Amino acid sequence: MLISALLIGLTRALVGAAPRWQGAGPSDVQRIYFANHSSHIDTLALWSALPPALRRHTRPVAAADYWNTDALRRCIAVRGLNAVFIERQRSDPAADPLAPLAEALSAGDSLILFPEGTRNLQPLPGPFKAGLFHLAQRFPAVELVPVYLENLHRCLPKGSLFPVPLICTVRFGAPLVRIEGETRTDFLERARTAVVALAHGEQA
Amino acid sequence: MTAQQTFYVLMGGIAAVLALASGIGAVLGRRAGEGARAVVDNLNARIRAWWVMVGVFALAYLLGPTATIVMFALVSWFALREFMTLTPTRPGDHRALSVAFFIAIPLQYLLIARDWYGLFSILIPVYGFLLLPSLSVLAQDTGDFLARAAKIQWGVMLTVYCISHVPALLLLDIPGYEGRNALLLFYMMLVVQLSDVLQYVFGKLFGRTKIAPVVSPSKTVEGFVGGALSATAVGAAMWWITPFSPLQAAGMAAAIVLMGFLGGLVLSAVKRSLGAKDWGRMIEGHGGMMDRMDSVSFAAPVFFHLTRYFFTP
Repeated sequence: MLISALLIGLTRALVGAAPRWQGAGPSDVQRIYFANHSSHIDTLALWSALPPALRRHTRPVAAADYWNTDALRRCIAVRGLNAVFIERQRSDPAADPLAPLAEALSAGDSLILFPEGTRNLQPLPGPFKAGLFHLAQRFPAVELVPVYLENLHRCLPKGSLFPVPLICTVRFGAPLVRIEGETRTDFLERARTAVVALAHGEQA
Repeated sequence: MTAQQTFYVLMGGIAAVLALASGIGAVLGRRAGEGARAVVDNLNARIRAWWVMVGVFALAYLLGPTATIVMFALVSWFALREFMTLTPTRPGDHRALSVAFFIAIPLQYLLIARDWYGLFSILIPVYGFLLLPSLSVLAQDTGDFLARAAKIQWGVMLTVYCISHVPALLLLDIPGYEGRNALLLFYMMLVVQLSDVLQYVFGKLFGRTKIAPVVSPSKTVEGFVGGALSATAVGAAMWWITPFSPLQAAGMAAAIVLMGFLGGLVLSAVKRSLGAKDWGRMIEGHGGMMDRMDSVSFAAPVFFHLTRYFFTP
C-alpha cells in the first residue's frame, strides 16, 4: 500500500498522468486496457490514471525478463503494482505464455497490456503481438479498452537513464466492438488503429 | 505591528475579498442565462482556484522562508514541465532537459537559500546558456539545432530564472526593513495578480477595443487602462507594508503592472507559436501554471532589480 502510494506520487510529480475518458467512462466492468508502449513509466502512468477503486482490481502485465530480475524491480512490480509476469522468451515450447494472464482474468481482475511486446521509440505504436487476440477469444465478455499514453516516448526513451518530466495525458477510448469471425490480423490491426485514433483525437 | 501580525491582517483582507467574490459568483450562477453560463462557470472555477492558491501561499509563508523557496521551486518545476511539453524537442535534447529539471532548478533555489546572490544572478544566463547546448551537441543531431537550443534556453530562463526572482526578494538587505522581506514578496504577488484580475474584470465589463486580437483576444484597452490604474492605486495604498513611500510605491506598482502586462502578451504569443490555447490544465478555470505565472515571470526580475538598485546600499 505504502509502495503503491509512493509510486503514484512520484508518477504524478514526474508526468502528471491525468486521465481523459474520451470513449469510455471509468467503470468496474472487467476490462483489458491495451496501450502503446514507449517507456518504463507507461505501466505506472496508466495505473496511476485509474481511480483507486478500479486500480485495486487492475493488474499490469510485466515482462518477467525485466521486472522479475532483481529485488528492487520485483518489489515495485509485485508489492507496488500487483503485476502479472509474462515470459517473453519461451523456455518450454509447450508451455502457454498467456496462462498467468488467463488465470488473472478468470479470477475477475482487469489487466493492463502492452500488445507491442516491447518499447518503441516512436509516438505511434508498432504492430501488435497476438496475445491480445487470444485473450479476447478466450474471454469474450471482457471489455477491450484502447489507451493512448501521450509524450512518454519523450520522457524516458529506451536507452536513457534519467527521465525528463513532461505532461502525459492518458486517453481512454471506447471499448472495441467484437466482430464475429474476424481474422487475427484484422483484429490486431483494428486494435492498433483504435490506439492511433486516440493519439490524433485532441479535437474530438 | 510585527511582520507576522501584518501578514494576518493582509490575509484576513484577502479572505474577505475572496468571500465577497464567491458570494457574487454564487448570485451570478443562480441568475445566469444560457448565454452567460460558460463565462460564469469559468469565473466560479477561477475564484475556487484562487482560494487554493492563496491557501498554499499563506501556508508556505507561515512555515518560513525555506518553505517559500521550496514552493517556488515546485512552481518552476511545473511551469518548465508545461513549457517543455508544448515545445517540440528531439531525443538529442534529452540530457540537456534532464539537467534543466534535476540540476538547474534545485541549484538555482539552493543559491537563494544559501544567500549567494552572485552565482544566483548568473547561473542560468551564463552557465546554463553555455552548458545546456553543449550537452545537446554531444548527441550530434544538427537538425534545427539553433531553434532547439533557443527554445530550451527560453523555457529555463522564463520558468526557472525569472520566477526564482520572487523568492529572491528574501535576499535583499534593505536598511530599516529587516525581517520584513516576506511582506515585499507578498506585495509583488498581490500587485501582479490583482492587476491580472482587475484587467479581466474591467475587460469583461467595459472591454471594446482589442489591443492585440491575434495574440490575446481577451486583452482590451479598456481592461488594461482600468485594471492598470486600479492595481497601481492599490499598490500605492499598500505602501505601508513596503520600504517605499506612497509615491515610490505607486511607481513600483506601475512598473510591476506594466511588466506583468507585457509578460502576459509575450507568453501568449509564445504559447500560440507552439500551437496551444492554454499552457496546461493544472489550475481549474485558469489553465496551466504558466497561465497564472506569465505576468509574474516578467514582473519579478524587474521589481527585484529596481528594489535592489534604489533601496539597498
